[in-house]
Order: sequence, then C-alpha cells, then structure tokens
Amino acid sequence: MATRMFGMPVQRTEDERLITGKGGYLDDLGAGAYAAAFVRSPHAHARVRDIDVTGALDVEGLVAVYTHEDLSGPMAEPLPLLIPHPAILDGRTPYALAKEYVHYVGEPVVMVVARDRYVAEDAVGRIAVDYETLDPVVGIEAAARAERVVHAGMSDNVAAHLVQEVGDARAAIAAAPNRIELDLDIERSACTPMEGRGVYARWDGRDAMLRLYSSTQTASGVRAAVAAKLGLQLGQVEVVVPDVGGGFGVKIVHPWPEELMVPWAARALGHEVKWAEDRREHFTAAAHERAQRQHVTVGFDDEGRLLGLDVDILHDNGAYLPYGIIVPIVTSTQLLGPYKPGAYRVEFRSLYTTTAIVTPYRGAGRPQGVFAMERTMDAIAAHLGMDRADVRAANFIQPEEMPYDQGLLFQDGRPLIYDSGDYPASLEKIKKLVGWDDFTAYRDAARAEGRKVGIGLACYVEGTGPGPYEGGHVQVETSGKVRVATGLTTQGQGHQTALAQIVADELGVPMSDISVTTGDTRRMPYSVGTFASRGAVMSGSAVALAARRLKEKALRIAADALEADAEDLEIVDGRVQVRGTPSAGIELGTVAVLSNPLRYAFDEASKAATQFTGAADYTRPPVAADDEPGLEGTDFYSPLRSTFASGMHAVVVETDPETAEIRILRYCVVHDCGKLVNPLIVEGQVHGGVAQGVAGALYERMEYDSGGQLLNASFMDFLMPYASEVPKVEIDHLETPSPLNPLGIKGAGEAGVIPGAAVIAAAVEDAEGFAITRMPVSPSELFHLRRRFDKGGIAPLPGAYSRTGEANA
Amino acid sequence: MKPPPFAYHAPTTLAEALDALADVGTDGKVLAGGQSLIPLLNMRLAAPGHLVDVNGVAGLDHVSVDASGVRVGALARHADVEADDDAAAAVPLLRQGLRLVAHPVIRNRGTTVGSLAHADPSAEMTAALALLGGSVTAASTAGRRTISAADFFVGPLESSLRTGELLVDAHFPRPPAGSGTAFTELARRHGDYAMCGVAALVTLDDDLRVTAARAAYLSVAPVPLVLDLTEAVAGRTPDTADFDAAGRLVRGRLDPEGDIHATAEYRAHLAEVLTARALREAAGNAVRR
Repeated sequence: MATRMFGMPVQRTEDERLITGKGGYLDDLGAGAYAAAFVRSPHAHARVRDIDVTGALDVEGLVAVYTHEDLSGPMAEPLPLLIPHPAILDGRTPYALAKEYVHYVGEPVVMVVARDRYVAEDAVGRIAVDYETLDPVVGIEAAARAERVVHAGMSDNVAAHLVQEVGDARAAIAAAPNRIELDLDIERSACTPMEGRGVYARWDGRDAMLRLYSSTQTASGVRAAVAAKLGLQLGQVEVVVPDVGGGFGVKIVHPWPEELMVPWAARALGHEVKWAEDRREHFTAAAHERAQRQHVTVGFDDEGRLLGLDVDILHDNGAYLPYGIIVPIVTSTQLLGPYKPGAYRVEFRSLYTTTAIVTPYRGAGRPQGVFAMERTMDAIAAHLGMDRADVRAANFIQPEEMPYDQGLLFQDGRPLIYDSGDYPASLEKIKKLVGWDDFTAYRDAARAEGRKVGIGLACYVEGTGPGPYEGGHVQVETSGKVRVATGLTTQGQGHQTALAQIVADELGVPMSDISVTTGDTRRMPYSVGTFASRGAVMSGSAVALAARRLKEKALRIAADALEADAEDLEIVDGRVQVRGTPSAGIELGTVAVLSNPLRYAFDEASKAATQFTGAADYTRPPVAADDEPGLEGTDFYSPLRSTFASGMHAVVVETDPETAEIRILRYCVVHDCGKLVNPLIVEGQVHGGVAQGVAGALYERMEYDSGGQLLNASFMDFLMPYASEVPKVEIDHLETPSPLNPLGIKGAGEAGVIPGAAVIAAAVEDAEGFAITRMPVSPSELFHLRRRFDKGGIAPLPGAYSRTGEANA
Repeated sequence: MKPPPFAYHAPTTLAEALDALADVGTDGKVLAGGQSLIPLLNMRLAAPGHLVDVNGVAGLDHVSVDASGVRVGALARHADVEADDDAAAAVPLLRQGLRLVAHPVIRNRGTTVGSLAHADPSAEMTAALALLGGSVTAASTAGRRTISAADFFVGPLESSLRTGELLVDAHFPRPPAGSGTAFTELARRHGDYAMCGVAALVTLDDDLRVTAARAAYLSVAPVPLVLDLTEAVAGRTPDTADFDAAGRLVRGRLDPEGDIHATAEYRAHLAEVLTARALREAAGNAVRR
C-alpha cells in the first residue's frame, strides 16, 4: 500500500502556478472583448427622472448604451430572490438596470459598452442622469424607527421577521435567581477579495450557445439564473469559472446585475463583452455584512448555568434582499455555540436601508452570534465573580450527549442537530495553549509596571457542509491519468490538492497523475456552489464516492483480464494487482482501454480492446445491460444535515495607557473540523480567517455618512489589516470525526474568523476593566471610552452589565 | 478607475521639461513618482490635459551632502534618500522620517521632492523640511527661485509653486551642533497616513542642557506646523527635563480636524503624548551625538 495522502500536510499543488503569476483570472481572458462600464447612482435614494445619453454619443470607440428601457421580458423584471423563506414579509430585489428608483450609492443605472474600459469610462462621465433625491435611510436605528422608508409601497423597513423558541425563555428568565441584559452592536465590514467580480461572455450565434466566464462561487447557479433571464435553455449556456482571486462569500450572490447585462449585451451585439469590476465599484456596489444590534436578556443560576436566553436582533440587510435572510438565520441559530441555553427565544427583524446589500461574508452571521453569546458568558462571569472559562464549562454540551438537538431549524432548513464534538477537551487544550491559569499573575505583574494587558476567550460551533448535494466525476484515461471534476468552484482554498489527496487514496494512484477541475458546467453540470465551509465536506465526499464506484469497476474489469477474483485485487501506484502477488497485475490505463470495447484500434494500446483480440465471452454483449463503456465513476453526496465543527480562541492584548493603541500579543486557536484532509491547508484557512477576524475586531468598518455616501470606498481608508497587523497564530487541533459523511470531515473555511470580535472584545475589556459592547473598537474609540469611564459614564466590571443594559452602548 | 484622456510629454532635459510646462500652463501636471497623482487620475479626481513625465530628465536624481546639509534632487526616490548613509549622518531626521513613509514599494517609486510638491500636511517629509527650516528650488523658463519651507506650504495640498514651475530640488539643512532629532507617529496600520505625527529637534549646550526644543506636526494642522517648546525644558538636562510639560504646552496651539479614523480630540491628545515621546527621544539622540 502506498503512503496514505489523506491527513498529510501535502504542499498545495496549485500554488506554484498561482504565486508565480501563471494564474488565469477573469480579466486575463477576452483580450478582444468590448468593455462594459456602468453609470451608477451617486445618491442613496432617488427617483430617476431622465437619462440623457447624447453627450456620450460622440465618444470615439463607443459601441452601445443601454438603460432599463432597452430591456424586455424576464430581463426587465426584478432579479430573483434566491432563497425564499416564509419569514420574508416583503422581499425586494433590484433590476438589472434601475427602473425608476435607486436605493443605494453605486446601483447600476446605465450600461455602456465600448472599445475598451478607458473609453467606456469616458462615455460614462458624459451621461447625464436627472435624479429627484429622496430621503436616505442609513443605519439600523433609522431603519427601525421607520420615519422614512426605503421601498415605495412599504409602511416600514422590515423585510423579514422571524421568531424561534425552545421552551418558555421569558418565564425561565423571570424565575432565574440572576438576570442580566446586554446591548450589543457590530458594524459593517465586507469580503474585499483581491479580485473583484467579473464577467466575460461569448455568444455563438451559429450554434445559439452562450459561453460565460464569471468570477463566481457558483457556476451552476449562474448558469441557471442567466438562462432563465435570457430565455435560453440550460443546454445553451456553459459557465466556466477561471481562477478566482478570492470570494469569501460575496461571489455566491448571483446573478449580479452585471452578470446578466454582460451576456445580454454580448448576444445583442454579436460580440464578446467583458466587465471587470474595479475596487471602487466593489466597495459600493457589491455586498457587505455584519451590521447588527442585539439585545440579550439572560437568566442564570449561581453556578453560571443558563436557565433562559432571550435575544432580540435588528439586522441591516441593505437595499435589497437577493440572498434572503440566511445571515440573520445563521446568527440566531449559531449563537448557541457549544452551550445548552436552557429555554431559548430569538427574534430578529431584517431591515432595509439605503446602502449596499448585505449577504454572507466568511462567518456569515456567526461572528455576530458568537459575539452575543460570548459577551453574555463574560458578563455572567463578571456578575458572579467566576472564572470566565468555568462559566463556559458549566454550560457545555457534553460529548456523551451527542448528537445534540438544539430544537431549532438551521439555515439549510433542516434540524439544528450537532453531530459530534468534544467541547470540554477543546477548553482544556486552549487553556493550556494560552496559559489561562497563569495569566492573572502575568496581568498583575504587568499592571505593576504600568502596563495594561488582558486575556479573552471565545468558543464557537459552526454548522458546515450543508446540502443539498455535490457531485463528483472521476475518470481514468487510457494513459492512466485520472481526471476529477466537481461542480463547485474554488477561490484559492486548495481544492485541487485536497480533492486529489482523497482520490489518490481511494483509487491507489499517485497524486501527480490526478488533475481536478472545479466550477465548469461542461464537466459537472449538477452542483450547488462554494459557501458555508462546504467544499471539502461536500465535494470531498462526492469525489470519494465516485472514486469508489470507479474502483469497483476497475477491479471487476481487471479481474476478468487477470482471471482472478476481484476481491483479491488491490490498486497500488496506478496498477491493479493480485494482493500478495504484485507481479500479476495490469496498469490502470490498460484497464481503461479494456473498459471501452472498440471496433477500431487507433493506437497500439487500444488494439487490446478491439473485437478480435483477447478472449471473448459469447454469452454476454460487449457492454453488459447494467454497465456502460469507459472507466469512470460519478456519484453524488447529499447529507442528512449539516455537520458541526467547533473551536475556541484565546487572545492576549496590550493596550497603551497613553495612546490607546491595541496590540495583540498572542493569538491561540484550538480547532476541531473532524478528520483533517490536509493540516497545512486547514491551518492556512485558520490563519486567513483569523486575519479577517482581527480585521473585523480592530480595523474594518463601512463608514456611511447620514446621506448614505460610503466615505471609505478605497483600501486607503477601509483598513484591511496588512501582514504587519496580523498576529502570529498558534494552533492546536482536535479531531472529532463527523458520523455524517464517508470521510468523517467537517468544514474549515470560515472557522478562523468567527470568534474574532468576541475574543478581542473580551481581552480589551479585561485589560481596561470596563465593558466592551461595540465592535470594531479603534484606538480613537477606546480613548473616548476611557474618558467616559474616568468620568463615571461607564460602570466598572463587575456590574457593568446591568439590568438596564447601559454599558457603553 | 481608468484615467481620462491626457497628452503625454516625455522630456529628456530640464530645458525641455520647463518648456513643456510653460506650454501647457495650468492644464499640465508633473509626473515623477506618481504615487499620489496616478490614483487621483484613476479615480478621476484630477483630469489634467497634459502630463509632463520628468522621469527621463537627466541630472535630477542626486542626493548630495555638504557642510550645509543634504540636497535632494527631484527624481531621488524616497528609498534612495533613506538608504544614503551620508545623508543619514548629516541629517538623521531624513532616515528617521522616511522609514515611516508608507511601505517599501511605495518608497521605491515615490520621490521625496514630489511629496513636498504635493504639500500634504500628513506627509513626513513636509514636516521634516519645516522643522529643519529647509527650502526648495523651483525652476521655470523664467529662471530659478529658492522658497523657504515656511513660505512654501500654504494649505492642505497647496503650495506656493507657480504654474510652469518644476521643483528641482530640496535642501534639508544640518541641525545645529549638539542637536538630536526624532520622528514618531501613530497610524492605524503600519505605513498608513499618521493620525498624528511629531518630528522633534532638541539642541543641547556643552553641559548637556537644553537650549532649544522644537516640534513639527503632521495630520493635525493644514500645513506642517512647527512649535517652539523650548520654554518647558530650557536649561534642563535630558534626564531631568519635563517633556510631559512640553507636551502640555501644545494644548490649545493645535486645532486638528476629526475624520473617520480619529476624532479631533483624540488627535489633540496624541499630539501631547507624541510630543513628549519625540522630544525625549530627540534629547537622547542629542546626548549620543
């Protein structure tokens, strides 16, 4: 048996290509394509009175100008609401080009097609749109007050309203010996991948076929959406996803207005068209996430055990609701983390504002939920004077209680049942890793020197790998090379490597003989997409199942050829051989030849499969009734429900007593995503996630002014941390296999980001001695919090979290 | 984010460059390192009809050191100045400040003189020139003139450079004997524009007593403001001087504006704190010289 690849820290096979500039991204394609650019709304809320394009018409190189009036049929209708949910009261989606109203700065109003992007932008600058400005609605408070409404025909701004309850939480809280209320606040951030969105379309009029390249997280989703809008059969649309320079959630949204207009224009013009988003467009016109206000009421006993938890969430969903209410659903369910909440009631309102849409960003509502729960845990500890780790331990679901049913419906519409996990073991590991029990002495010593240091701890559970399904196709070529295809897309996660590791083990072939294709509807039309930490769980399982089918067939064919029993065969290093007698064997490539009975030999190897060679069995047709030619396997993996990964972060910070700078001294992670396919890739995912967690805790926010203008729509003012701001991450792993899939794996893509805001808030709070209830927190804000604290405007800990929940909200 | 159309001029001599600038007048912009101009063009926040690219002009990339100080030519990159050991020995404030200018890749292209011409009050080199009482040389088809730092910086992104003029060099004078300097700033991220920055110069007499203490401020005033703080520490040695008192002297003499990264109050607070830190460090450096 060759070395097992599954679980090995294999170097990512895609990296050499990607980091030496040999990747092929969307804008590397279509050198001969016309370029598109868009006139976008400069107003947060306005009615379009008139569009005058005459000023642009004499721009040399202009090809076409389109407005909503040029659209008809499905293209003139609003974009689809991708995930309908009964709790959605009024689901508004945008038009491909604004019809009458615009609802955020950056909304596309006019499409310009020109010889190149320079000319297109020149023309954009000469198009005059006459707007009647309307009142903007910016921020959760304004949206909830509803003195102004975002959408005509609505009496308030509530897009959706959902209550889930297990037990009678309010009665449990009322009867509890201790009760606390918290008001919490999290700001907007965004995915900001290195590569923005982009679409490149080729219409072949002779074949009536559309080939669409998109920088997306779902090839199959884009295909179906574009076909529906353009009035094409699915079979007329091919979607190919080139290398994608990061997604982090924003590219799961589809179809974007631009993703429809580009192929529509390509067909109308009979010429290739391309649009590659620029950074300013991405900031204003793609999607954001995170903004929520939460009111938590918790009742607990004297040991810190939760008796009742009541959470009220206001969620800012931006101008439209194309992706439904996945984010607040995730917040309201994943909030529970590794704990038994006693009775639980959660209610959220998802609110329209005249700002960019809010759709999942890595973590997808979990960072907010974890923030609510972990701030609550710390508040309970402060209230009771208990160790913060002990309060958590008192509330953990125990390993022997798995599978554990939280009694709610999760984001996949299926029960929130945790499949496995060992939270007490994780806590022990993180306490050891960070030196939890020794920290008090360190903190006291630091304080004696005039330094302020603090430690924080935060736990999370992440539902990963939701269905409905993914598929795998594995084929052995007559050369012995193995081609693997799965439908979901890759944005740099290392799927080529991880999936090849899985197939290498299943088939017994070297990784170097395996190539993996993702996100190409020509190779695997049935697929869902890459989101919710599902790539490895879903496609990993699917390609494993497909490889098992293929192997069964290979052994059957080889058994015939070797006149052996299939049960006695194994595949080692790409060769099928008799176990114990390796000299009796046949190359897998030869098995591929034999799997396809031929009339015509086209080369030396294929002679073996023609009708006058070898021993024929005249009682059977060359291809059996229940068989098919070729050495291929296709299978699909569809899980019963999501699998739940978990982890704990601990961080040590130091705050400057004079300047209020916040420095991370240590960042520790214990991570349990079940069986590790590739520890190197998992750790890379954790590192990247932690970077985004730190970003959301200390640096990034979307700074809208009261008029709805985004003030920091550039990397100069949107403070994505540099490498110099991201701490070294210390990682320990726990492997609690999932019983739900053939490989025992759980998703790992988002985990690193999830507890970032919660754990850093806890550490800053510990250093400062007063409650931190709003994130992110900047040095300037910490400076002002200190001022208020010094003047008695903020209560010290413990006691900061009062029944009135004032804190620093 | 593509620039609007412009005519491109690529002179190879200073005379050609000055002729081109004279021709294009107010519709022209000089392109040197491009670290500020190119983003402005791409964002279409500036739309000059002509770009005069001086990168091909010979003889402008010098960093020369003499008894008076360091003279930096228009095409000397930040990285060239930073790496010049003679310049660092003559005027330590240059290297002290340049290491805070953005990131290495930006310093590789951006020019020190271009930064001065941009007159950004949050730039390190403008503060350095102001603190040291340096000057710049402007050339045009009409001739040359020397402009002192005090007269050159007029307002935010506004200098007294005239249409048709090219800044050909800048002169950073050596600090007086017995002086030490320091540059400290606080930015949200490493290499960002500072929320507040302080360049300090402390001069000691032969008995190591303070005879002069000055500080220049970035990001807290419309121009690189220089304050004389000597009164708080005069006659004291570096280890007995009350630099915190010097910091408090700043109070009320700055009127910073707030923005999304830092409130006005916080910036004013930082100015006090960083003043004390910068002076303390400068005094320490003065002892070591």
